[in-house]
Amino acid sequence: MSNPLVDMQKPDVIFCIGTNMTECHPVAATGLKKAIARGAKLIVADPRRIGLAEMSHLYLPLRVGSDTALLLGMAHVIAREGLIDEEFIENRTTGFDDFFEHISQWTPEWAESISGVPAKDIETAAMWYGSSDKAAIYYTLGITEHICGVENVQSLCNLALMTGNVGREGTGINPMRGQNNIQGAGDSGALPNNYPGFQSVTDPKHQEKFKAAYGKEIDLEKGITKVTALELCGDSIHAMLIDGENTLLSDPDREHCEHALRSLKHLVVIDIFLTETAELADVVLPATAWGETDGVCTNTERRVQRMRAAVPPPGEAKPDWWIICQIAKRLGFRGFDYDAPKPIFNELCHLSPIYAGLDWERIEKSEYQWPVPHKAHPGTPRLHEDTFVNGKGIFSNVHYRDPAETISNDFPVWLTTGRRLQSYHTRTQTGRAQGIDYLLPEESLEVNPADLEKWELTDGEWCKMSSARGSINIKVKATNRSPRGTVFASFSFADVPVNLLTGSGYDPVTHTAELKVCPVKLEPL
Amino acid sequence: MPEKMEIDGVEVTFSEGETVLEVAQRHEKDIPTLCYDPRLEPFGGCRLCIVELEGARNPVASCTTKAAPGMVVRTSTDTIEAYRKTLLEMVIGENREVDVHPLRGYASGELMSLRDKYEIEDTGITGAKSGTSKTDDNPFILRDYDLCISCYRCVRVCAEEEGDHAINVMNRGFQTQITTEFDGLLKDSACTFCGQCIQTCPTGALADKKALRSVDEVTDATLNKTRTICPYCGVGCSVDVLTNNEKIVGIHPAMDGPANQGALCVKGQFAYDFVQHPDRLKTPLIRGEDGELHEATWEDALDKAAEGFRKVHAEHGRHSIYGIASGRAPSEAAYLMQKFIRVGFGTNYIDNCSRA
Repeated sequence: MSNPLVDMQKPDVIFCIGTNMTECHPVAATGLKKAIARGAKLIVADPRRIGLAEMSHLYLPLRVGSDTALLLGMAHVIAREGLIDEEFIENRTTGFDDFFEHISQWTPEWAESISGVPAKDIETAAMWYGSSDKAAIYYTLGITEHICGVENVQSLCNLALMTGNVGREGTGINPMRGQNNIQGAGDSGALPNNYPGFQSVTDPKHQEKFKAAYGKEIDLEKGITKVTALELCGDSIHAMLIDGENTLLSDPDREHCEHALRSLKHLVVIDIFLTETAELADVVLPATAWGETDGVCTNTERRVQRMRAAVPPPGEAKPDWWIICQIAKRLGFRGFDYDAPKPIFNELCHLSPIYAGLDWERIEKSEYQWPVPHKAHPGTPRLHEDTFVNGKGIFSNVHYRDPAETISNDFPVWLTTGRRLQSYHTRTQTGRAQGIDYLLPEESLEVNPADLEKWELTDGEWCKMSSARGSINIKVKATNRSPRGTVFASFSFADVPVNLLTGSGYDPVTHTAELKVCPVKLEPL
Repeated sequence: MPEKMEIDGVEVTFSEGETVLEVAQRHEKDIPTLCYDPRLEPFGGCRLCIVELEGARNPVASCTTKAAPGMVVRTSTDTIEAYRKTLLEMVIGENREVDVHPLRGYASGELMSLRDKYEIEDTGITGAKSGTSKTDDNPFILRDYDLCISCYRCVRVCAEEEGDHAINVMNRGFQTQITTEFDGLLKDSACTFCGQCIQTCPTGALADKKALRSVDEVTDATLNKTRTICPYCGVGCSVDVLTNNEKIVGIHPAMDGPANQGALCVKGQFAYDFVQHPDRLKTPLIRGEDGELHEATWEDALDKAAEGFRKVHAEHGRHSIYGIASGRAPSEAAYLMQKFIRVGFGTNYIDNCSRA
């Protein structure tokens, strides 16, 4: 997030797109509710009539995968109506003239033809966002889990740049991170393109730095992403070390994924349960869980915080860091002689400019949001206040692209996927928490009541849902949360493995899977 | 420019908008409250925070009185303390019980503490008790309204902090009842089971049903709290894990958590018991000749883990090995995963689970 969580109470106009925040980030959503109570206007763009849509002042029910079109249409209106921030554009950005030219063709009427959102509502959204003093954008995987995830994000940046809604209180471009330390995993360099602290592996300066720090020649080119690695399993990838991820259930196209992991010669999984993924491993190593592990995590607003052990682990379970060190030492790798998490975190801080001002003791009270470039620095709650890291904000002349697969006679229904409030990911945790079943005992497919007859479905009965990759059986739930022609299910329940169906395509830059769009057909059972 | 007023004979400064209670608390005045939660709009319901204000005919509730220049306030005169004691006796007199278990909720001991502070043993008040406890089969929130003192903190926290407006007040006076729309179950209301009502309740009338499963094992002396961060989404809510003899028995939201300021959701509040679930892996496992996973010693498992990587490396080269770090484990794990791949094999064949 460019802005801190406390800023969520402060915008005049809030634009939420591709985020089901009241279910997936409920505590963050309380900030938005306070802003609305204070008089802020809420615009929600989402294919489904989710809780946020019910709270909104303007709801834009776009077709799944049409975000770029909608956002281009909004940019067109903002430019046409002269709602741009000329001073900001002049001082802080580059490429606006080309962009201005580019968006002149993408009228709201054109955007309506792609997204299904009425042109007049696109105009209203643009007018509200463009004319407000403090407008903030919030988004989640509904923006990024598309083959055009990069264009979607760039489209949002375009809106913020052209209206100067960056670098100030109550503004910004704010992606909400979905896991307690997914930000920290990236910060720590578990990425094929970055060393710790988002230092590019292709920059000679960083290459030298890590060669010296690690005493090892490391490839000068980027590594491959997890998606590519799974593609190459059995061909050129033959061994994997997976720490705490139920890849099999969480990733798209389960059959492909299972085949990939089975074709490995050696799979080592570190986890707290014998997950579906761990069941495929050659060696399973039991890790300490949350509540048993001392360590550091970074939240969605870049706040670096301590996690603390409260109880001892069961049996012989050991912290992840200890397990990795033990394997490394057996292989003769140098630099794995740690006896506690503290020196590991301090080494990370030492090597990462964004953490340079931090150490194990300084984060004790959760006070710092990175970047914290030196010890006297107070941290950075708000990014881009005076300058952008790369100098000027760049406008992107994006084009709309269709999803990897679009509906057809064979697969006439859009399936979109996500989470629910009461369950989390593949339910390895919430599925084992007493009481959760009272609120959410099983998965169901949300279908618009008016679509039942057409597909010969019955509310509460089972149906067979198929995509180009496979079929699953799932119970039907009639609800107006789903629009006509689009259905929704979460990927949480192992007995309804929705990710057997997904996996039609990937963003070519980020390799993020298009989990939000999957044409399917529905048949009664 | 800060303004000045006088509290208990001492000149103090205040900023515009501060209430007399806030100014007094800043100057470490111990003013009792029951309906007050610093996160909520002042309510003025319980009247315990009354103070003497020079020029006012009657004592005023300090939580609803804005500080003003030149005000002269006395926070603890004999008269004020006598009033407070009588008010407390009236509240306690119509309650079924005041002694409640600390597992009920974060603030559940407030009324109990005030009774002890004011040394109230027998209120001398007899007669009807107020409140009607509600049978609700939900597994999380106990609705023990016999202990309710109508402070409305639950109603206000649900509306003002959580923004769900799931609960409200039915009837008035002695018949006052906190309930949902149409007096139904929480499950059928707008309630999301975030638990904020439980944690602000000053009497334990709304209580953590899940934590109370451990009521027989837990005492004040054995209950411990550990500050950490919630294990679910990326908001990073601060929580206090309640433990008793090495068992997690409940969760309190951290009122001073920078990301949540006392708020949690149903997962953070109630879905913690996966940690000590019997399904947890307790020993390493190795796949045997029979194709099944078998329990193994750490020595054997680590040897086998390392040996497999060594073999694949020798046979297929360093670009045949890949690492996937967790978005759930601490940063030290992710850092060492990337170091393992980069130092060990000299590649950038490392990723985390953020792409799906």
